[in-house]
Amino acid sequence: MTKVTPLDTAVDPHSADTGVLLDVRDLEVEFRMRSGTVKAANRVSYQVDKGETLAIVGESGSGKTVSAQAIMGIIDSPPGFVTGGEILFRGKDLLKMEEKERRQIRGDRISMIFQDALTALNPVFTVGWQISEMFQKHRGMSKSEGYKRAIELMNLVKIPSAAERVNAYPHEFSGGMRQRVMIAMAIALDPDVLIADEPTTALDVTVQAQIMGLLADLQQQTGMGLILITHDLGVVAEVADKVSVMYAAEIVETADIRELYRHPYHPYTEGLMRSLVRPDHKGGRLSPIKGSPPDLLHIPSGCPFHPRCDYVQDVCRTDDPPLREILEGRTSACHFAEVFSND
Amino acid sequence: MTDTTNKTPAQVLAPDVATPEVVPAQAPKQDKPASLWSDAWKELRRKPGFIISALLVILMVVMAAFPTLFTSVDPRDCSLIDALQTPSAEHRFGTDLQGCDYYARTIWGARTSVSIGLFVTFFSTIIAVALGSLSGYKGGWLDSTLSRFTDIMFAIPLILGALVILNALAGSRGILQVSAVLIAFGWPTMMRLMRSSVLSVKELDYIDAARALGASDWRIITRHVLANGITPVIVYATITVGVIISAEASLSFLNVGLQLPAISWGLMINTAQNRILAFPHLLFFPGLFLSMTVFAFILMGDALRDALDPKLR
Repeated sequence: MTKVTPLDTAVDPHSADTGVLLDVRDLEVEFRMRSGTVKAANRVSYQVDKGETLAIVGESGSGKTVSAQAIMGIIDSPPGFVTGGEILFRGKDLLKMEEKERRQIRGDRISMIFQDALTALNPVFTVGWQISEMFQKHRGMSKSEGYKRAIELMNLVKIPSAAERVNAYPHEFSGGMRQRVMIAMAIALDPDVLIADEPTTALDVTVQAQIMGLLADLQQQTGMGLILITHDLGVVAEVADKVSVMYAAEIVETADIRELYRHPYHPYTEGLMRSLVRPDHKGGRLSPIKGSPPDLLHIPSGCPFHPRCDYVQDVCRTDDPPLREILEGRTSACHFAEVFSND
Repeated sequence: MTDTTNKTPAQVLAPDVATPEVVPAQAPKQDKPASLWSDAWKELRRKPGFIISALLVILMVVMAAFPTLFTSVDPRDCSLIDALQTPSAEHRFGTDLQGCDYYARTIWGARTSVSIGLFVTFFSTIIAVALGSLSGYKGGWLDSTLSRFTDIMFAIPLILGALVILNALAGSRGILQVSAVLIAFGWPTMMRLMRSSVLSVKELDYIDAARALGASDWRIITRHVLANGITPVIVYATITVGVIISAEASLSFLNVGLQLPAISWGLMINTAQNRILAFPHLLFFPGLFLSMTVFAFILMGDALRDALDPKLR
């Protein structure tokens, strides 16, 4: 696939070699509602580089999707507002761009796939139409060229008999095939960064593995950076390079994937891993984290995790621990990161 | 699918490719993609209600477009000597007070009624779709302003509003004036319908997905929101054609619609009103045609609604 960069977003592609591809810094997102203001992303920072997979893990409502929506600029506003931070793509802040310039990056340089492909595909148009629209709108291709590329892409994402199915409607596909169509649309323009927002949640387990495998393959072929948003630590283990764990709108731990599994530096991460279903776990009871995630309208004082933490101390109830570097490339937001798990 | 055991690896990888055993006697699915409209068409072809209404609508539209196919008599070629005849071989529907052939006048009356019905509906729908989608999609102060304005217009009953304005226009009421007034009071219901439809469509994931993949607002509205949200409006518009036709007839009957020498069913009933006991055919024929036309459009709207709403199948 040849990369055609639109003229007015002509960021030198080689500059990517020097800096980080996508750098989210202290992102703050608020939802202002009648019942109060909800901080859905609080000092969220992460980086993704070329060919790298960053997993963002957290329970529902922990703010992991919101930060992705902020990158794409699709937060419903009102009530949602990005109130602080920077999102640097190849060194340029997306939040300071004109809407028009940003739209040219969306779908083209940074793309996204959604949780439920059934609702993320328009039911009244054929999948071929929807894929080829990407080429027609962003690349100015003709309709027939667009359809030709659509068939190529459908083959690339391993949709069987693509040439016949290009004129089928989304509801004629199974869940897994629909997600493949969504992936085809998202990678159509060979993006630098792909955000996958729980891409496998709506699928059954065997199909989940296929879709994750497909994403990993595509990433190897294209060298794109991948942000994988999920609540499934099992999925993460297989594909991610780095993990950021989110809790109550904050990142509580970031680590290399193998390091994280070897030794979590935050009690929440530890709890998540203990509640995983493992094949060697037969017979015993699962140990879920006690309590439930906080309502973002009423985030507990101090460390937001303290009501559910097994290692809670007095200081946790009053002081919110900042995210700090524990070891090289590892950060944790726990007062007792170094000590808690050694007990 | 019940068994997954005896499948080839290719089938496991492609679970939705229908194997011959799974979908036996069905016609090949890929031949004609099943869209909302093609599904609806299949459904409609089997509905007697739709067929009857479609035939009636076609008949009325042909009558309106080519009245000479049905009668060679000039509806304005009247001789007072023949006034007020009852139906006979020469004048199938009889004659009116001026001695005009009532059959010819009834046929020519379709032109006025159908064209006002279609014209008014067409323009009200355009106004309604434009304002409704803008209002629903954009939200905020624009929505508040447009919606309140619509509510004000909506609060005025169609006939009452038209009555007041057309009464003031005495002396210059032609098809254009009557249509304009009906458009002015006809769009609010459809605008509200369009707005609520857009509001529900706009929350769906594919709108976010389209935006995330770089579509502009204009494209999202035209290609994604409208394509999905317009169905109820189309159904309602079909019914509206019938409503407008009867509104025009009511206004003409009340002496505030079209004026002679225009030929319209409402006007014919109006002229007949003092003599309907003595000459019931003066009421019967235009009344029959009027109610058949209104009935046809309303029936068609109902059939469309049933066919387009998958839940009612």
